[in-house]
Amino acid sequence: MDSGDFMGVLPELIVVVTALLAILADVASKGRNPSAAQGVTVLGLAVAAAVALISPSEQTMLMAGQLFNDGFSAWFRALFAVAGLATAIFSPLYLTHRKIRLGEYYSLLAMCVFGMMVMSAAANLLLFFVGLETMSIALYVLVSFRRDDAASVEGGLKYLVLGAFSSAFLLYGMALIYGGIGSLDYVAIGEALRQSDGIGPMTVTGIGLLLVGFAFKVSAVPFHFWSPDVYEGAPTTITAFMSTGAKAAAFVGLIRVFGVALILTSEHWTTALSVMAALTMTVGNFVALRQTSVKRMLAYSSIAHAGYLLVGIVAGTPQAFAAAGFYLIGYALMNLGAFGVLMLINQRGKGDYSFESLRGMGTVYPVLGLMMSVFMFSLIGIPPTAGFFGKLYVFSAAIEQGHLWLVIIGLLNSAVAAYYYLKVVSTMFMAKPEGDVAISQPFAYKAVLAISSLLIIVIGLFPDQLVTAMLRAVP
Amino acid sequence: MAVDLAHYLLLSAVLFGIGVMGVLTRKNLIIILMCVELMLNAVNLSFIALARHAADQEAQVVVFFVLCVAAAEVAVGLAILISVWRKRGTMNIDALSALRG
Repeated sequence: MDSGDFMGVLPELIVVVTALLAILADVASKGRNPSAAQGVTVLGLAVAAAVALISPSEQTMLMAGQLFNDGFSAWFRALFAVAGLATAIFSPLYLTHRKIRLGEYYSLLAMCVFGMMVMSAAANLLLFFVGLETMSIALYVLVSFRRDDAASVEGGLKYLVLGAFSSAFLLYGMALIYGGIGSLDYVAIGEALRQSDGIGPMTVTGIGLLLVGFAFKVSAVPFHFWSPDVYEGAPTTITAFMSTGAKAAAFVGLIRVFGVALILTSEHWTTALSVMAALTMTVGNFVALRQTSVKRMLAYSSIAHAGYLLVGIVAGTPQAFAAAGFYLIGYALMNLGAFGVLMLINQRGKGDYSFESLRGMGTVYPVLGLMMSVFMFSLIGIPPTAGFFGKLYVFSAAIEQGHLWLVIIGLLNSAVAAYYYLKVVSTMFMAKPEGDVAISQPFAYKAVLAISSLLIIVIGLFPDQLVTAMLRAVP
Repeated sequence: MAVDLAHYLLLSAVLFGIGVMGVLTRKNLIIILMCVELMLNAVNLSFIALARHAADQEAQVVVFFVLCVAAAEVAVGLAILISVWRKRGTMNIDALSALRG
């Protein structure tokens, strides 16, 4: 390991050290004051995000070819750190109202970020698997963190069983690909496929199993049934984190494995993936329509967004992957923001995340209402927001590759989705507020919300900069 | 009859299939966790057989990682199972119905 390797993995190292320091900080405060652990985590993740963004972005390999050090991993390492950072800032309000005072929460959060970083940079199927499990095992604990709450424990158990089940499929796919091609290394797999003139039945089965495993991880229909339950049962801070960070990490893995290493075998999986994309968009949106809980509605809407992103993977060109990267960044900002506002309004513990809980809050707190409107408009895809351009780029990349029917399904779905997102905005502004509307609004919390809504608008006004950066970054 | 690669792969596929069937049909959470372990170890068998066949160490190393991951997963899984037991007093998966819709 030379100094170049060391500099390349500096963000990961910072995050691991942050996770350890967060535990130490908690021990030092004798477990009575989790804000020490929170402070360490916020600081560490902020530094990690900054280091990830300034690290050199020409494509190199680290650790004897085990990790990619390219623009894509730089952007996504920063994204995961920022998602963890926002979650850490949102957390105290949520946790103290529910009498959870445990510092290891923040340490586990940093470990998750570390696992995601490894997933996005891995150049080897084994390393990807290890990153995935590092993230998942920490998330199993975080999802069931409210031990006194039946829903939280139940969500954690479902996540554990189905997560391990799908990991086994993923791993079996890796074994068969290794048997058929003879390597676990992405570059070597791509090279071997270029030189061979067709793949055997073992590799085809392996690719199928790998696809099933990935479909579970990105919650694509028909492998999505776990995610609404897990998202609803988990502490809402963790739901926000999972639906943005964990989903983006799985998608970056999907792009690197299917979009780059296995792209020459695309005839074997494009049809399956496009059917999955169409089903995912449609089922996600139509089930979201009839939800009464905003939290569960956002869970189904995140399934629908996974469908739009799968359209980008189906298209399979560098432009499409750049568009998917753009979409993931925009989606992380708007979904974190939407959950942030939702938690702020439902902070008192008795909040049930129903649409009624939002009644009239936009008139009582106009700034909050305005920010929620930005997040919702961006989730629908109304210009000038990041969400509009994410959809535009993904769909136009798909049209270039001749997937017109997928784009039509996607556009129809966006129209359906407008109904339930606008219902949030109209409930906030049109209805009369009821009962006690006093909420506390910590400064850092509001600052995160303000920055993410501003970024959504700025990206929406100047999308070219980000999309050219993404085009330079794609693997 | 010599035991060759195909036999190992077949055994591994059968074990994996038994694990999948177990997860999908059994009701007891402990048995379901055991079936997930069976699936992971079936994959380990495949990896070892393939690595031995190719005279390559890379895939043998995979097995160590998978064993570690499986151990960590079981540790967390059993802890969550204990919470479920305290909350519900049962190990039956059908009792997990707080989340629906």
